[in-house]
Amino acid sequence: METILEVSGVRKNFGGFTALSDVSLAVAGGERLGLIGPNGSGKTTLINCISGALLNDAGSIRFDGQEVSRKTAHERTRLGIARSFQIPRPFRSMSVLENLMVPLAYVGGISGNRARTESMEILSHMGLAAKAQTLSSQLSQVELRKMELARAMAARPKLLISDEAMAGLAGTEVDEVLKILFELNGQGITIIMIEHIMQAVMSFSQRVVCLDAGRIICEGTPETVVGNPEVQRAYLGD
Amino acid sequence: MSSIKFWISAAVVLAALVGMAFSGANEYVFFAGFVVLQFVVLASAWNILGGYAGYVNFGVPAFVATGAYAGLVVFKALGAPLLVQILMGALMSGLLGLMVGMLTLRLRGIFFSIATVAVIFILETVVLNWRFVGGATGLQLARPEPSFGFETYTRMLFAVMAVMAVVAVGISRYLQYSHIGQGLRALRDSEEAAECSGVPTLKLKLIACTISGALLGAGGAPMPMYLSFIEPASSFNLSYAVSTLAMPIIGGIGHWAGPVIGALLLASLQQIVTVTISSELNVLVVGVLLVLFVVIAPEGILGLVKSWKRSSK
Amino acid sequence: MVFSIDLLFEAVLFGVLLGCFYAAVSLGLSVAFGLLDIPHVAHPAILVLGAYCTYLLGTTGVDPILAGLLLTPVFFVLGVMIYRFYYETFERRGGTEAGVRGLAFFFGLAFIIEVGLILAFGVDQRGVEAAYIGSSLELGEFRIPYRMLAAFGVAIVLTVALTLYLSRTFTGRAIKAVGQDEGALRLMGANPVRIKQLAFGIATGVNALAGAVLIVVGPVEPALDRLYIGRTFCVVVLAGLGSMSGTLAAGLILGITESIVLMMLGASWAPAVSFGLLLLVLGVRPQGLFGR
Repeated sequence: METILEVSGVRKNFGGFTALSDVSLAVAGGERLGLIGPNGSGKTTLINCISGALLNDAGSIRFDGQEVSRKTAHERTRLGIARSFQIPRPFRSMSVLENLMVPLAYVGGISGNRARTESMEILSHMGLAAKAQTLSSQLSQVELRKMELARAMAARPKLLISDEAMAGLAGTEVDEVLKILFELNGQGITIIMIEHIMQAVMSFSQRVVCLDAGRIICEGTPETVVGNPEVQRAYLGD
Repeated sequence: MSSIKFWISAAVVLAALVGMAFSGANEYVFFAGFVVLQFVVLASAWNILGGYAGYVNFGVPAFVATGAYAGLVVFKALGAPLLVQILMGALMSGLLGLMVGMLTLRLRGIFFSIATVAVIFILETVVLNWRFVGGATGLQLARPEPSFGFETYTRMLFAVMAVMAVVAVGISRYLQYSHIGQGLRALRDSEEAAECSGVPTLKLKLIACTISGALLGAGGAPMPMYLSFIEPASSFNLSYAVSTLAMPIIGGIGHWAGPVIGALLLASLQQIVTVTISSELNVLVVGVLLVLFVVIAPEGILGLVKSWKRSSK
Repeated sequence: MVFSIDLLFEAVLFGVLLGCFYAAVSLGLSVAFGLLDIPHVAHPAILVLGAYCTYLLGTTGVDPILAGLLLTPVFFVLGVMIYRFYYETFERRGGTEAGVRGLAFFFGLAFIIEVGLILAFGVDQRGVEAAYIGSSLELGEFRIPYRMLAAFGVAIVLTVALTLYLSRTFTGRAIKAVGQDEGALRLMGANPVRIKQLAFGIATGVNALAGAVLIVVGPVEPALDRLYIGRTFCVVVLAGLGSMSGTLAAGLILGITESIVLMMLGASWAPAVSFGLLLLVLGVRPQGLFGR
């Protein structure tokens, strides 16, 4: 499959601190990529640079054939990059349905009844149809996570970055979210998953990339990466 | 409230107010009523940026004064009629809003707020040193004859302000339910999530800031005519800053009706208190009410009504 | 406009003293806003309140600097109470308009303080008297007012003391860290809320002493807080949020610039300098000189 995302030599500094140094990564269209690494390794910084929440200091980011590293986040969303947030950020004053109508309007240009219908479809797939009229500030953790994914889906992405969507969820809830991600991938959406829950990463990813201290230290199949001594050292310490 | 109901009600209210201006009522009613209606304009204007987008403008006096002085300049230099003064005031204040926005809306909200305070001082310094508009001592003005058949100029100003109030509330309501309003609400709730949902946050913030500024300037433009006098001390009055902030917060920010309720209640209260007690106390009362509401009833009167309705179901 | 090297030198000299003074009155904001990220627009109002309290103590014959020291623990307690209230009401509950409400709260607080001062003391200026106010030190051709030297002295001591506290003591370093990484602090067993409470208390206590210095430098009036919003935020933003040492550098830049403008254009333009400089920094380099 063609490469849909190409990250080359990306560097990001915060003052004197180097969060990412010379990160290069290629993601194929339709791929399921797992991104792992200990806390502070730069995973969230990397996806912030990809999604446009941050601008990288050096290097290039090409999406779908275009250079996007100087584009704003909303421009990148319109090009097809969607993400969920580690700590869910619902539009609290809006209902679940209204939350989805924002990307539908601003990315898809759809509003009114057509938007409502499409939102309900997405919500049904996520198992949230019953909560459509609920104020998003009143959702449970797992419902919030699902809504994050639903809202990302409403932007009709080609690439979805899921940032620790399962953190803090119980066993069956993890399976629910995992199932949703598999279904989305089945529809042709490329998915980058950041997760700490190793079982989820192993079962979901076709390929895994491990970051540590702002650099990629290993790349390969889930078994290869997890079995790599450097990776184990990064997680467990010397 | 549907659009038809709103516009019919607005037309009725406007007709009543303008009709009043032709009646035999006491002149003081129009003098005080002008102030109340002006606050409806200012509060609605503030709410567009503060309530819908979540960016707090502390510099209302700067925008109101820009409108007043812009109106003054075209009146003094060109003998421009009231409508032109108002349009000029709106234009200059809108530009001011756009400039301040371009400078600071990329940054966090508090920097925008501090920048609006900066604008007050800088503009006040400019005006103090500008002889054409009277500098520190100000200018006396001779009002022209009232047009449209009004008995006094104040009555005409009252009617004009009534029209402006309806226009401001109409614009505010339109924005709230529009595509832009949806985007503003999203960016107010979470700017990052809004960006990732395709909302061009900077563009929308600039639009809101410009419209808000323009309406504030329009509200301030008739001031020189109203007072027959203009001076920096009263134009850059801090009371404008607190009141214009307090009214939407007390009425209920984020909804077009909030500033209207807040302005009608608070401005009327102020007129009563100033007459009976002192003007410092009046402004203190507003400040205390602001803090009380922010702490206890953050959704304002509208919010209180909503939760009262919900609990009585 | 008379321009001479001598005048310029005197302006710069005065500006250095003034700048250290500005740094001192901005210290509290540097902690509250720079480190703790609280939208504390009421900081200058509390500064002016401190000045007026010093004035009150002054009427009983207490030396202003001493008064400031006496007021410091009182204001510390006040700061703790304000932070507690702010935390419980705004930070904890969050909600849709938390940011707007927090800002509106501090703005309302500042306003209430200002109007309260007007009602209590009137709009006229109030000053204090002390041995060092009114006379000047003469160095060759230059005259340096003693009160400026006193202010300069206190400012330096205060800045050094606070900087050392924040970098050498455990609680001080915890305060520096709490703005950046609450999680790590929690893991170390420290309670972030209590740390922030302590920090805000210190910031307010420092403000009391700074207020004393303010009234030593010159008479005060209730509306002064609005002018000092410009000066203190200019210093804090120019320094870069979170940088204590930058506060001194930024203060000096502001002080010297204002002093030169005062010399060249007169007193009516001086207030606009801090605000103009602030806007410039926000537009060109919002992270300031040494910001994170």
